[in-house]
Amino acid sequence: MSKQALMSREVLLTGAIVLLLAIIASRFPAFITPGNLANVFNDTAPLILLAIGQMIVILTRCIDLSVAANLALTGMVVAMINVAMPALPVPVTILISVAFGALLGMVNGVLVWKLAIPPIVVTLGTMTIFRGSIFLLSDGKWVNAHEFSDPFKAFPRTELLGLPVMSWFAIAAVILFTLVMTRTTLGRAFYAVGGNPHAATYAGIDVGKTQFWAFTISGALAGLTGYLWVSRFAVAFVDLAGGFELNVVAACVIGGVAIMGGIGTVIGAMLGALFLGIISNALPVVDISPFWQLAISGGAIIIAVALNAQANREKGRIILKRAEHAT
Amino acid sequence: MTDTIRAIPDRLQSPLERRLKSWETLLFAVAVSIFIVNSFTSPYFLNAWNLSDMTFNFTEKAMIAFAMALLIIAGEIDLSVASIIALASTAMGAAVQVGIGTPGLVAIGLGVGLLCGAFNGVLVTRMGLPSIVVTIGTMSLFRGISYIVLGDQAYRGYPSDFAFFGQGYVFWVISFELVLFALIAVIYFVILHKTNFGRAVYAIGNNPVGAEFSGIRVARVKFILFLLTGLMSGVAAICLTSRLASTRPSIAFGWELEIVTMVVLGGVSILGGSGLIPGVVIAAFVMGLVTFGLGLLNVPGIVMSIVIGALLIGVIALPRLWDKWRS
Amino acid sequence: MLMQPDQTSEQVSATSAAPILSLNRVTKVFPGVTALSEVSLELFPGRVTALVGENGAGKSTVVKILTGIYQADGGQIEIDGQPVRFPTAQDAGDAGVTAIHQETVLFDELSVAENVFLGHAPRGRFGLIDTAAMVEKARDILTGIGAEIDPRTKLKELGIANKHLVAIARALSIDARVVIMDEPTAALSQKEIEELYELVEELKGQGKAILFISHKFDEIFRIADNYTVFRDGALVGSGAIEDVTEAQLVKMMVGRDVSQIFPERDRNVGDEILKVEGYEHPTEFADISFTLRKGEILGFYGLVGAGRSEFMQALFGITRPSSGAVTIDGKRADIRSPADAVGRGIVYVPEDRGKQGAITALPIFQNVTLPSLGRTSKNGFLRLAEEFKLAREYTERLDLRAASLDTDVGNLSGGNQQKVVIAKWLATQPKVIILDEPTKGIDIGSKAAVHEFMAELAAQGLAVIMVSSEIPEVLGMSDRVIVMREGRIAAEVSGVDMTPETLVRHAAGI
Repeated sequence: MSKQALMSREVLLTGAIVLLLAIIASRFPAFITPGNLANVFNDTAPLILLAIGQMIVILTRCIDLSVAANLALTGMVVAMINVAMPALPVPVTILISVAFGALLGMVNGVLVWKLAIPPIVVTLGTMTIFRGSIFLLSDGKWVNAHEFSDPFKAFPRTELLGLPVMSWFAIAAVILFTLVMTRTTLGRAFYAVGGNPHAATYAGIDVGKTQFWAFTISGALAGLTGYLWVSRFAVAFVDLAGGFELNVVAACVIGGVAIMGGIGTVIGAMLGALFLGIISNALPVVDISPFWQLAISGGAIIIAVALNAQANREKGRIILKRAEHAT
Repeated sequence: MTDTIRAIPDRLQSPLERRLKSWETLLFAVAVSIFIVNSFTSPYFLNAWNLSDMTFNFTEKAMIAFAMALLIIAGEIDLSVASIIALASTAMGAAVQVGIGTPGLVAIGLGVGLLCGAFNGVLVTRMGLPSIVVTIGTMSLFRGISYIVLGDQAYRGYPSDFAFFGQGYVFWVISFELVLFALIAVIYFVILHKTNFGRAVYAIGNNPVGAEFSGIRVARVKFILFLLTGLMSGVAAICLTSRLASTRPSIAFGWELEIVTMVVLGGVSILGGSGLIPGVVIAAFVMGLVTFGLGLLNVPGIVMSIVIGALLIGVIALPRLWDKWRS
Repeated sequence: MLMQPDQTSEQVSATSAAPILSLNRVTKVFPGVTALSEVSLELFPGRVTALVGENGAGKSTVVKILTGIYQADGGQIEIDGQPVRFPTAQDAGDAGVTAIHQETVLFDELSVAENVFLGHAPRGRFGLIDTAAMVEKARDILTGIGAEIDPRTKLKELGIANKHLVAIARALSIDARVVIMDEPTAALSQKEIEELYELVEELKGQGKAILFISHKFDEIFRIADNYTVFRDGALVGSGAIEDVTEAQLVKMMVGRDVSQIFPERDRNVGDEILKVEGYEHPTEFADISFTLRKGEILGFYGLVGAGRSEFMQALFGITRPSSGAVTIDGKRADIRSPADAVGRGIVYVPEDRGKQGAITALPIFQNVTLPSLGRTSKNGFLRLAEEFKLAREYTERLDLRAASLDTDVGNLSGGNQQKVVIAKWLATQPKVIILDEPTKGIDIGSKAAVHEFMAELAAQGLAVIMVSSEIPEVLGMSDRVIVMREGRIAAEVSGVDMTPETLVRHAAGI
């Protein structure tokens, strides 16, 4: 994979992030102190986790719009388990959240794999079903801070080598999935299926099954994030992380993941998430109304996708390329 | 086939025969059964005024759904429609503050819709960017601008004659919106099924390269479709703003997914190339009936979304499951 | 079926009597059509078996069954006499069967090494892929087949011929005993074809069994040891290649005697209708100038990749030339899109029928009327009766065979699809028709029909440009031939100069 082109995209994004930080720092130097940057990273950890999962799904020419609903449903499930069984150890809770999230992801995956329903339709449907299920489960009530056990709430904030556990989860996921994507057969299969599904079949790769695993991974990461999110903010309710799925897709697009599949890296997804995270953290600091955030991330998506397209465009056959692109 | 049979018949199957075996027939049966179930489960259902209220559940969304259906048939999508409503409504609200009257407000609502549609259209057809990403970006951008303008405030004080669009009745229980909905349905039926333009839309959706090679101006057709979708969002913005008599930046939040659901439920292939306007009309009624019927039974809105989500997946999954089971 | 010993593979010839792989009365049924009915095929170590047949004879289906893409509905596959099953492509690879497919089945975004080893990469610690070892092995294989390609480059940076070499390397990376080559020379230049032949000899020497699928008789007779002929999904003959002649093979393929006869034509060429001056494109072609007259058939010959289709697509407005001018009927034409070209009377029948020519999911009549809707409609509103009338007129002229005009084009045979595409363009009443490989992939019967029809069109005064890579077709049909090489016009030949030797010489630059 032309390492140069790939690197240049990530280097470009890193450059944009550094530039962004420099602009902020020129007026508010306190923003780039290591402590604050660590905070920003920690704040962005959920987005990074979700973006990695989404990146893999998009790589296989699918999309997962149900991640935020999955996060909220899994969050509610572990919250209610914690209320019912406060003594349950945190690692078990985490295992449950990953397993339950993966299960929800598998529902998407099976529908895409076995019934060949377009992923956008499947996840649009499961998104509303998951959200509705939270209401059925909780009767519309909130689980509030005082109802959780202390270890449940404390875990993501626990510091390890100066960073909260929440951040470590993001770092671990970045390392783990970089390895998976570059050094395992499954990782190769994700790229192959997205790059040329027809050829993947000839290479002995089951396209549907590979997409199933992508959804499962995305679901597992969403489930994990569900626990981290609920425990960090010590609250669970129906609309938790509502609309967050679009931030996740945005992080991927900004991170250079091609929506047509086959192109994208874990590092890119992380950088895309960080870019959005820095903006949302910086707005209050530089005294711009947080109401600007939505428009800024919208603009960032459009610029990013235009740059991606420019980078991928080959010489000649412009009209042909355009027509093919539209399918 | 032997040489003696020289004349090829125009058609083997009559159009009526096709229709009876169609998706629309199935959907119509679903709508009728929901209607019957509703009229048995709630004593308030079979009431002219209640049924008239029911139509407000879908008229505004359906206006956009018709344009969206054409766009999806042509292989594109516009997820920014709800945000166009927000921006158009905000623009109208701002105009009210400087004393612009109803005709001016209508012009502004339609104008903003067209401009937003043109913006999407240029990005997709001129720059060759994938519409799903572009419109996720403009979805944030357009609504983001509303947030920048309004923050947590709201615009009110619309002139009293402006109320007619969303609250007026043409005759007895027949609302202006319902008449407009019917009129737009007919217009889109004619555009899609009776004109050269409609034929080009199908050709592009089935094979954009082949359409280009057949001398169709693919980019131009797609651009017009984005314009139409923007325009219909402007129309919906006028109706909705008039009905609510206020504008908040969160207006019509999440509608894009409901509209896409309506289109897909109506039998339009999300992959492009097929679908009929009558299907979308029936789907609009199905969604309105489900929401309204459950509402009469005091089922909260979020639970209705489960039904809609399940319907979306179910109506696509069941025929495929049936085929699998039979073979 | 006893084999003659083969001099090139003496070390294995003694034991070559037992086949490595055999198909035993294999049947494959698709909805509505039996693709294969009880066919048998045997592949012997150190021997090349040529599989021949017309398009639709079932060759590709056999390849797909042997590589685990399709499952047979009846009969069995045996390796060394033992029945085996290939539920997936992986299983076929594990059993030692590998294929170089007709289409490029590779991945642009992956590196060359990753493409070669996708699915069977060398593993290192913890079961992770050993990237360094993978690159080294890929380099060995590539060097072995004479390809100078860095295994770490991304595939998309390679040209078409190098991609093909990667596909070959991929097939060889599986230590296979059976190698299937499905029209391997279609995308290669003469030099690369020679290298491929050497590779085949080498593989034979290693005792591998080779199934070679080709339409080119010269190469079949050059490298095959055995032949197997399919017709309409059934086995019609097999044996040693030295026991048959080309004429006998053709007869087996088509089931009748066919001599390729081109229609006699009255060559009455009229006024100049098209003039192209100095057409250039930054990457595809340069300095193309020629004229075309009414009633003339102008052939464009060249090797694959000479820029013929690229130029034609520019003339049709798909791509924009960087400079150059077109004059049609004495008037300058500014062609910026296919719609412009059609408006000026230039139409193009592309080589890629399924993707560019027809809209397969739409019915025949809608395909035919698509560019002529302006004539069949009124004020932009469709008139179905007019559409059926127009579609009927032109499809009948072309002798189209179909159940009804409402049938989706995708349900037609290749030859009939081509007729729909041609009917679509004739209905626009063009001045110039460009046919890009008009008879590629269609059966011999339809071929003759297309040729006759071309002659008829020219006789009626239409100017025809025909791009073809088949020398007999070019010579048999054209009044004049332009030979292209590396994006430029290498020669224009007519009259007595129109011989196979001149064309080949100019095309290859010798």
